[in-house]
Amino acid sequence: MKMEAIDKSKLLRHTPNEIKERSALTINPAKTCQPIGAMYAALGIRGCLPHSHGSQGCCAYHRSALTRHYKEPVMAATSSFTEGSSVFGGQANLLQAIDNIFTIYNPDLIAVHTTCLSETIGDDIPQIVNKAAAEGKIPKGKRVIHTNTPSYVGSHVTGFANMVKSMVDYFSTSTGKRKQQINIIPGWVEPSDMEEIKRLTGLMGIKSVMFPDTSKVLNGPLNGKFIMFPDGGVTVEELESTGDSIGTIAMGLWASEAAAKALDTKCKVPYAILDLPIGLKATDRFIDAMRIMTGVSVPEAIEIERGQMLDIITDMHQYFYNKRVGLVGDPDQLIALSEFLVSIDMWPVYVVTGTPGKAFEKRIMEITAGSPYEVKVKAAGDMFLFHQWIKEEPVDLLIGNTYLKYISRDEDIPLIRHGFPILDRVGHSYFPTVGYKGGIRLLEKILTAILDREDRDSEITNFELVM
Amino acid sequence: MRKIAIYGKGGIGKSTTTQNIVAGLVEMGKKIMVVGCDPKADSTRLLLGGLAQRTVLDTLREEGEEVDLDDVRKKGFGGTLCVESGGPEPGVGCAGRGIITSINLLEQLGAYSAENELEYAFYDVLGDVVCGGFAMPIREGKAQEIYIVVSGEMMAMYAANNICKGIVKFAEAGGVRLGGLICNSRKVDNEEEMIKAFADKLGTQMIHFVPRDNMVQKAEINRKTVIDFAPEHPQADEYRTLARKIDGNKMHVIPKPLAIEELETLLVEYGIGA
Repeated sequence: MKMEAIDKSKLLRHTPNEIKERSALTINPAKTCQPIGAMYAALGIRGCLPHSHGSQGCCAYHRSALTRHYKEPVMAATSSFTEGSSVFGGQANLLQAIDNIFTIYNPDLIAVHTTCLSETIGDDIPQIVNKAAAEGKIPKGKRVIHTNTPSYVGSHVTGFANMVKSMVDYFSTSTGKRKQQINIIPGWVEPSDMEEIKRLTGLMGIKSVMFPDTSKVLNGPLNGKFIMFPDGGVTVEELESTGDSIGTIAMGLWASEAAAKALDTKCKVPYAILDLPIGLKATDRFIDAMRIMTGVSVPEAIEIERGQMLDIITDMHQYFYNKRVGLVGDPDQLIALSEFLVSIDMWPVYVVTGTPGKAFEKRIMEITAGSPYEVKVKAAGDMFLFHQWIKEEPVDLLIGNTYLKYISRDEDIPLIRHGFPILDRVGHSYFPTVGYKGGIRLLEKILTAILDREDRDSEITNFELVM
Repeated sequence: MRKIAIYGKGGIGKSTTTQNIVAGLVEMGKKIMVVGCDPKADSTRLLLGGLAQRTVLDTLREEGEEVDLDDVRKKGFGGTLCVESGGPEPGVGCAGRGIITSINLLEQLGAYSAENELEYAFYDVLGDVVCGGFAMPIREGKAQEIYIVVSGEMMAMYAANNICKGIVKFAEAGGVRLGGLICNSRKVDNEEEMIKAFADKLGTQMIHFVPRDNMVQKAEINRKTVIDFAPEHPQADEYRTLARKIDGNKMHVIPKPLAIEELETLLVEYGIGA
């Protein structure tokens, strides 16, 4: 075998140029554990303590993954499995945990998610919770909900979707009397995005229940006080009322469809599945869906924001034109981002998600159908393959989470951090990328990355003051 | 020390046969430990004269990891050391993990160490090899020798064939070998010839044909092995013969499991078709 020369200045110097078919090995995965998603979703319910039914290490890792991304303390409890629990089942541990949690931390509800271990031994969470209730371990008015999150199925996105669906399964109730409100299932977006979605529904004059809602939970202020259960999140009463809403807008097929469908089945609340409102077209569709569902008209304030975004796209179009972009992230995010890029004449050429789903590949190919470049897309893929594609033919820009920084450095390609997790930058918790305002921010980020690069690389004779 | 694991379809008589073999070996003056690998914890009942044993996993659950060997090891018939792994109740937890935990713990506690001067360790394993945990006794460094208890009934042979598949896997990685089939007769037509032929196809031997006799049931009700309960009975001699054959057995093979069609043909040829 011919050895490639090893360049010791490269971090990923052992990634070979040649792509070989792999059947079993994932290298540098583009996904993480289901419970991380379940935990994040559960934090979007007011007064909720997520509970990890498994060994301590699972819970510690999942908490720290969220803390590193949000730079906020993430509270969660664990069943603290030992060797004994893995043999005899985790019932005794969960019963004790429920008792302890309500006695010591007193949340309004506990959202239990499973782990690989408790899934494999087959613990039946509802049966254990019923037993806890029968033994008087769940105080009056308090609730314990659960979802199943085996990490050998799907990804963190699946875990998120499962927990959101459980909110419907446990809470949504139809009283038979419709409420003049809509449900919004925002999908896995940042707290800042959820805030922005609420601002938009507010501008439209629509009453909405958004679940989950992590705004003010994972982007709270520092005020010298520790609050175990921050003053944010959707309340249990609001969740119950979702069964009476006139409709549901569910954003993102992967993160939100399961819950929207369950709500339709359980309470006959019709739903519309939209892409995440990232970019001009997807935001247009979101605003339009709200308009159609409730019959209100779009206020001027929103028209102005849209016009501002359009103005930037038009002014700076020459810098976007025909740029090649590589993206790694979660399906819902990547679909919306890809459509946005195509709409400004940038071309996603390599698109990888670690989350499985053939529909993803099909959708990306549809979105990029008019591309002048060959497009490569992979669901259940990894960053190793993504890197090899880039080595074959480079891109102008990378968009993805912090794990892309190695490829960005090695290949000297600018990186825009987007998605989960972002471990080395701030901003995502406070500045949205959804809606027109979010679109403006994304445009700014893309332009800054492209123009900084141009400034760095231009010949002195071409170094421009005005761009 | 020879470490022997006994496998076979559920209800085929593994525990009864194992304990009677052990009783036979004890009579020959052998020093033996029996490790029951079944959550029901009934593998040493006949040697102990009842189900009085505290299982390894019960002890682990109640006392944490500070388990003492004498808490879980009891002396039975003729000084045999008896241990039961135990496990969760039906429907909860993971019995397979229980076996792994229990055998690891026994090793840590020195149950196999030289000072015990053991000549034999028997593992009596529940039913089929349903998951990795139930294969624990035949993983590397554990039992080197396996006997499968079988009868002329189709499902028993089917299970035996399946167990052979497991053995092949572990034989390649570790050193485990099949010592033979023990035919525990169910009075199926042509049973002895059929199991002999079956053993032949698997590349092993039928080490002994244990005839069916009510004395086994009688002894069991009295919580004893046949050798203990009715030493003069011809059935006791059958077990003595089996014990002697195992003690002298030199035939250790990697089995060649049959394809389902082959197995069915065999049944037609010797069984219902004969």
